Amino acid sequence: MSSLVAIIPILIVTLSALAAMLAEAFREPGERMPAGLGLIGLVGAILASIFLWDREATAFGVVLADNFALFVNIVLGIVGILTLLMSSDVIDRERLPAGEYYALMLFAIAGMMLMASATDLLVIFLALEVFSLAVYVLTGIRRASAAGAEAAFKYFLLGAFSSAFFLYGVAFTFAVTGSTRLDRVGAELARQANEPGILLLIAVGLLMVGFAFKVSAVPFHMWTPDAYQGAPTIVTGFMSTAVKAAAFAAFVRVFASTLEPLQQQWAPLLWAIAVATMIGGTVVGVVQTNVKRMLAYSSIAHAGYLLVGLVATNPSRPVGQAAVLFYLLSYAVTNVGAFGVVAMLGTGERPHDELDDFRGLWQRRPGLAGLMTVFLLSLGGFPPTAGFIGKWYIFNAAVQEGQYWLAIIGVLTSVVSVFFYVRVIVMMYMTEEAAEAPPTPALSIVAAAGLTFAVIAVFYLGVLPTRVLDLAAQSVATIF
Amino acid sequence: MPLLSLTVFLPLLGAVLLPVVGRERDRLRQASAGLDEARRAESDRLVRYLALGVSLAVFVLTLVLWAGFDSSASAPEFQFVEQHAWIPAFGISYHVGIDGISLLLIVLTGFLTPLALLGSWGQIERKVAAFSFFMLALESAMLGVFVSLDLFLFYLFWDAMLIPMYFLIGIWGYERRIYAAVKFILYTMAGSVLMLVAILGLAYLNYAASGEWSFNLLDLYGLELPAQTAMWFFLAFTVAFAIKVPLFPFHTWLPDAHVEAPTAGSVILAGVLLKMGTYGLVRFSFPLFPEAAVTFAPYLAGLAVVGIVYGALVSMVQPDLKKLVAYSSVSHLGFVVLGICAMNTQGVEGAVYQMLNHGVSTGALFLIVGMLSDRRHTRLIAEFGGLKKVMPRLSAAFLLITLSSIGLPGLNGFIGEFLILVGAFRWDPRFAAIAASGVILSAVYMLWMFQRVNYGPVTNDKNQNLPDMSRREGWVLVPAIVMAVVMGVVPGPFMRAMAPAVDRIVQRVGQHRAAVVQQIPAPAVTIERETPRP
Repeated sequence: MSSLVAIIPILIVTLSALAAMLAEAFREPGERMPAGLGLIGLVGAILASIFLWDREATAFGVVLADNFALFVNIVLGIVGILTLLMSSDVIDRERLPAGEYYALMLFAIAGMMLMASATDLLVIFLALEVFSLAVYVLTGIRRASAAGAEAAFKYFLLGAFSSAFFLYGVAFTFAVTGSTRLDRVGAELARQANEPGILLLIAVGLLMVGFAFKVSAVPFHMWTPDAYQGAPTIVTGFMSTAVKAAAFAAFVRVFASTLEPLQQQWAPLLWAIAVATMIGGTVVGVVQTNVKRMLAYSSIAHAGYLLVGLVATNPSRPVGQAAVLFYLLSYAVTNVGAFGVVAMLGTGERPHDELDDFRGLWQRRPGLAGLMTVFLLSLGGFPPTAGFIGKWYIFNAAVQEGQYWLAIIGVLTSVVSVFFYVRVIVMMYMTEEAAEAPPTPALSIVAAAGLTFAVIAVFYLGVLPTRVLDLAAQSVATIF
Repeated sequence: MPLLSLTVFLPLLGAVLLPVVGRERDRLRQASAGLDEARRAESDRLVRYLALGVSLAVFVLTLVLWAGFDSSASAPEFQFVEQHAWIPAFGISYHVGIDGISLLLIVLTGFLTPLALLGSWGQIERKVAAFSFFMLALESAMLGVFVSLDLFLFYLFWDAMLIPMYFLIGIWGYERRIYAAVKFILYTMAGSVLMLVAILGLAYLNYAASGEWSFNLLDLYGLELPAQTAMWFFLAFTVAFAIKVPLFPFHTWLPDAHVEAPTAGSVILAGVLLKMGTYGLVRFSFPLFPEAAVTFAPYLAGLAVVGIVYGALVSMVQPDLKKLVAYSSVSHLGFVVLGICAMNTQGVEGAVYQMLNHGVSTGALFLIVGMLSDRRHTRLIAEFGGLKKVMPRLSAAFLLITLSSIGLPGLNGFIGEFLILVGAFRWDPRFAAIAASGVILSAVYMLWMFQRVNYGPVTNDKNQNLPDMSRREGWVLVPAIVMAVVMGVVPGPFMRAMAPAVDRIVQRVGQHRAAVVQQIPAPAVTIERETPRP
């Protein structure tokens, strides 16, 4: 029984997903889907995570609800709540299958929470598959859309491919250390670290490739722009934040703790990936004319900043890990908000996500334009928003570890990225409206509440970050 | 009472409340429905007066700060200090305070913002509430830059300032406004992010040395850095500031931004924003890294004198009034940098004084150019001519401001340039000699421009019936002219306010000079005689 304590958040989300499926089964045609079920589940999961704080509960020896996992749970819960709030408008407008949509989203979140708290490589793999499958389906949930189907298929193929890499990595790790439990693997590696065998290096490399795929780091990012552009916008917002949060949580746990003895081996490789990701994401982002695709490349670049935090981890001074956690949260609220605004502009016929669709938005929808501006400036790292503090923390960690070059490349690429964020602002504020302005659907109160919540979070984290920074630091203090 | 915080955040508060009062939403709806023009005009008027009222209140507050400022030598270095822990995990605190230099610069900011707002009434006719919002938000950020004593806080204001300025140029500017706005934001940001890395590095080295996290400027002043590191950090800081100043060859954003910005934007850009660069040199680059500063000072001064001559020569051939004034800023700010590089009492006092002068004179010049362009919708010098006959009062104001910009004795520009040249001469006469030629050149291009615009017959029929200075324009220009005269005749109060701060900075850097100077070949001519202070 005590084992169940550690997985209460995951259980709550799973139960609400099951409830959503049941509700769908008994739903009369034309009856609205009770979206509140998902919200109750997510709020419950967040509350449970808060109660579990500092308890270090474990379950079955493979799941550990330490503060690190709980922090990620809360991030995932917030992303889920924001997404659900903004979803009902989109579901009505695009006639998405509501029951499947809610159930899949909740299952995905349950899988992600499991991924963040798993302490066994096989359970990590299991969790990875649980949420990946759900997200593949969500990507293609617009059955009539060819682009959606293509995106889902691409995502599925490459995702399956990367899962294979990861599984191979697990197998090699098992071959070398005789276990898949992270603590035992870590202990064994500490003994072998002085002269790591070739098998061990292959194992580390394969695991890295698997994670790099999931966080869409260059050069394993090819699926990202297509999948992000083809998926319904609201799903893209979810994918680009929640998937990244879950994958980074496991990435940090495995690499910064278990594989820490081998840091000298993997850090240079990860350094190169981080640099390639930051540069690749921003440089290619500059030439995009579709806002969704631009935000896709921007999310690649942000994965690069997160990798900087991972490279700058240090077991005796876990600043890098804490920076990653804080960045995940600040990036999540910002990016969900940005995609949310884009989603709100879409109509049933057309997504309205081209740069030209934002022309003169300020005249038509001053509120949405203002929100979008805040989110874009936060993505660009301007004070006083969450993005600024996040970047500050990440580069602070890099400088502390003597990684001046990473910090310099990071800040310079973030200047380049400002160029494409600012381009959207130019369109919204500084160009005249197109002759025939695209119709903008009305915003429901629920969706407006979601966006408002996101923008408050962006400013809260940007102006009064102390409390969350402390929580992030606490979370990694006991990270195993 | 936290007077300083009140001063900094009052404009922001006003900015946030404006749209509420101005019923911007109503207005936009009406605009889209195309009805009720009169109510819209009334709402605009209210917003304009309100914004002006807020900015005047801020000006009064800055004067109150001046009145309460103790400028005796025994007074504490920074006054009106407020310090509250903000992000203790990083050692970041909300720490503000002013010394004489900051004081004068915030007074300048408070003085210019209402003028810019009032001066823009003729030009800004659409989205008035949003315009006022960005102007006031900008004022808050600028004041914040000048009062921050915590490097994090400083960087925050420094970066935040870009956003309202970007919108001001991009929405209300002239034809190429988008290009100018994007260039402005990217160029300035590219410079400042390296400063961010240097700030982080500095704080970390301080942590390594003392075991305490701190971004407090006063803690970091005492930090001993390895020479190599100090050099890199100095360069990172200085490049950020040099772009803002702008020092030749980092000036290419300036003509675009100044020319394309609306009048109010140009006034604030030239009047206050450029000073943030020179202020940064005085407050951060030089005292934080004195050894590196002494090593690099001759190079910086070299760029400064190149800028003085280059800016003047380019000004001379400009067909566009606004561009001419913009390039003249490159030249004038070169003087300021030269004075700072000299790092002696006269040089730095002159530099600070010249910052104020340039704010008043060039701000007023941009206002006048804006008035001409509001009337004729062109800024080409060739389009004007003989304006003295058509509008004698505006021409008279124009003349006074032109003379103050040139540095005619009795007006403000003279004192600043003179002190800088004295300071530069004591340091290295070669720089002073070249810079002095800039004084002559500035007379050439300014007077020639003035002559072409105002004297001679009225060549263009469109100029025959231009209205003279209106009462509102009088309210804009007269304060500036009065300031130009006052600062030219009674520099005492300004000098007294800044003297202790300048002495401290010169001393702080000077302690390190002796050590470095021995390694550098001495200049060919050395002046032993103490130049009397005017």
